[in-house]
Amino acid sequence: MDDIRKKAKELLENKTVQVVIGYGKGSGEEARAIFVRDAAKTDQLIFDETCLQNLAVYILKHEVKHLGKIAIVATSSVLRSIMILASEQQLKDGDLVVLGITSDGKYIDLPNFKAIEDYLATLNVSITDKEKELLKMIDAMTMEERWAWWQNEFSKCFKCYACRSACPMCYCPKCTTDSNQPQWIPVASHQLGNMEWHLMRAMHLAGRCINCGECAKACPMDIPLNLLTYKMIDEMNANFGVTVGMKPDAVFALSTFKNEDKENFIR
Amino acid sequence: MEIEKKLLKKASLEKLFEKLKADGKKMYAPVKKDKLVNFALVDTFGEICDDYILTVKSAKSVAFPKIEKIVDYEHSKNSSKAIDIDVSNFPEVVLWGVRPCDAVGFDSLDAIFTWDYKDNIYLARLEKTSIISFSCFKSDNNCFCTSVNGNPGGTKGSDILLTKISNGDYLVEIITEKGKQIIAKAPELFEAAPTEEKDKNLTNVPIKFNVKDITENSAKFFENDLWVEQSLRCIGCGACAFVCPTCACFDIQDESAGKNGTRLRLWDSCCFSLFTMHTSGHNPREVQSQRWRQRIMHKFSYMPERLNVVGCIGCGRCSRACPVDMNISEHLINLAEEVKK
Repeated sequence: MDDIRKKAKELLENKTVQVVIGYGKGSGEEARAIFVRDAAKTDQLIFDETCLQNLAVYILKHEVKHLGKIAIVATSSVLRSIMILASEQQLKDGDLVVLGITSDGKYIDLPNFKAIEDYLATLNVSITDKEKELLKMIDAMTMEERWAWWQNEFSKCFKCYACRSACPMCYCPKCTTDSNQPQWIPVASHQLGNMEWHLMRAMHLAGRCINCGECAKACPMDIPLNLLTYKMIDEMNANFGVTVGMKPDAVFALSTFKNEDKENFIR
Repeated sequence: MEIEKKLLKKASLEKLFEKLKADGKKMYAPVKKDKLVNFALVDTFGEICDDYILTVKSAKSVAFPKIEKIVDYEHSKNSSKAIDIDVSNFPEVVLWGVRPCDAVGFDSLDAIFTWDYKDNIYLARLEKTSIISFSCFKSDNNCFCTSVNGNPGGTKGSDILLTKISNGDYLVEIITEKGKQIIAKAPELFEAAPTEEKDKNLTNVPIKFNVKDITENSAKFFENDLWVEQSLRCIGCGACAFVCPTCACFDIQDESAGKNGTRLRLWDSCCFSLFTMHTSGHNPREVQSQRWRQRIMHKFSYMPERLNVVGCIGCGRCSRACPVDMNISEHLINLAEEVKK
């Protein structure tokens, strides 16, 4: 951690960056995001097992970008998010300084996208056994049971959109749900409105979600939205052999057509 | 009216519930479902959870639900017709297990919904609602009712307040006419008030700041870097507003099928950028710091000034629900300190 603080201090002192996004002490058990703009305050940066948020959500945030060039303390979730943002032309190599950090808090020098790609290739990023168990639980249900199970979960939703706001991949300045003429999906948080919102969100993230789990963690009603994303990750692996968010120039399985694709409905 | 005090034996609590239920009232009480405690319609006393600090969502939905139909409409070739909602048919509701802060929350909602236009739907729902509160014997670091004129054993806003005393029985305080009517459903259950002091059975919620420092000085910090400092990590969701007992802002949306449809009132949040977005694309609250300022100023400046109530009851729900640790009492302490600078 001292390495990160030292590096952050250096970057702010020599004005390479204007803000360092990292973790600081929170009001409760979990650390919170902090935005260090003063080299003298870099000792506020911490890293431990309470540092859970995927900070990549702030990279494209208007108010943060406005501060100037960004350095970001980057866990593997942040790094994978950066790979997606780069693949989607939201970030160019050199747009931000990446302060890589291992799960046990060691600084890793990642000067460019290539270095991030090489580092990610050394990590095991597949879904965990615990996540696989949860998937098995859902898969074991009949279609009717599964429908009832999700209806119960979605019935808790009141459309605060914390899932959308917490997701680094949900960066559209105007979301489909914000349109009311026409209403592409019902605005009201009733059964249909909730279901359509969550299905649309899941489909929009299929092949883009890196499984950081922020959506489920953000949900004040504890809806296990990450189960939808585990499932998609599993499907992406099985059908396309793709692990999402591993390189900066990825071609997206679900939004790209190739002549050799077996489906021909689009020709 | 003067508060009347009685005793309700531990074993009589269930009997009171049964009496009210048998009277045809819809009983809403805290229920633990999938790890979360929230108000839900209950059939039996056994479903009620009594080990909770606060429900995740506030009790406001009983009078101000997340979706409220406000008018039906029909268009034909020559005419358009609006069909008002029948407010006379709302059910008689008992809100059981409300915390004193939540009960005060209805005062804020009343002030908003009767400010100029008298909102007949809200008022009709509330009229049919009786509030039976239970004093707090537990609290956490997010609680700060005592900093906003509240109290873990406060009677304001409740019809009846029950405080569990040391032997497990309840001290009953009958606060309103509605409360009296509830007692009248089962007078045999109530005995002479216990002599035991109420306060020693309440949790201690330390005062974190002087609310007047904020409400009386808001002009001093309207323009302040603090708002940016506090809100950089805010991701602009509506979790805080949707769990809040006093947030009353709503959106109007139409759902139509062909020429006929329904107009709905839906919860909204000032923390959404869409909240103030104009049709032109211009947004007068352009950045999150302005939205966060609005949230605080509305509760601690505009409402006290115009409606004579503080728009925050110190339940701390927003802090618990926030995905990014926007801790409201911490921010209010900062503001109170800013004034003294």
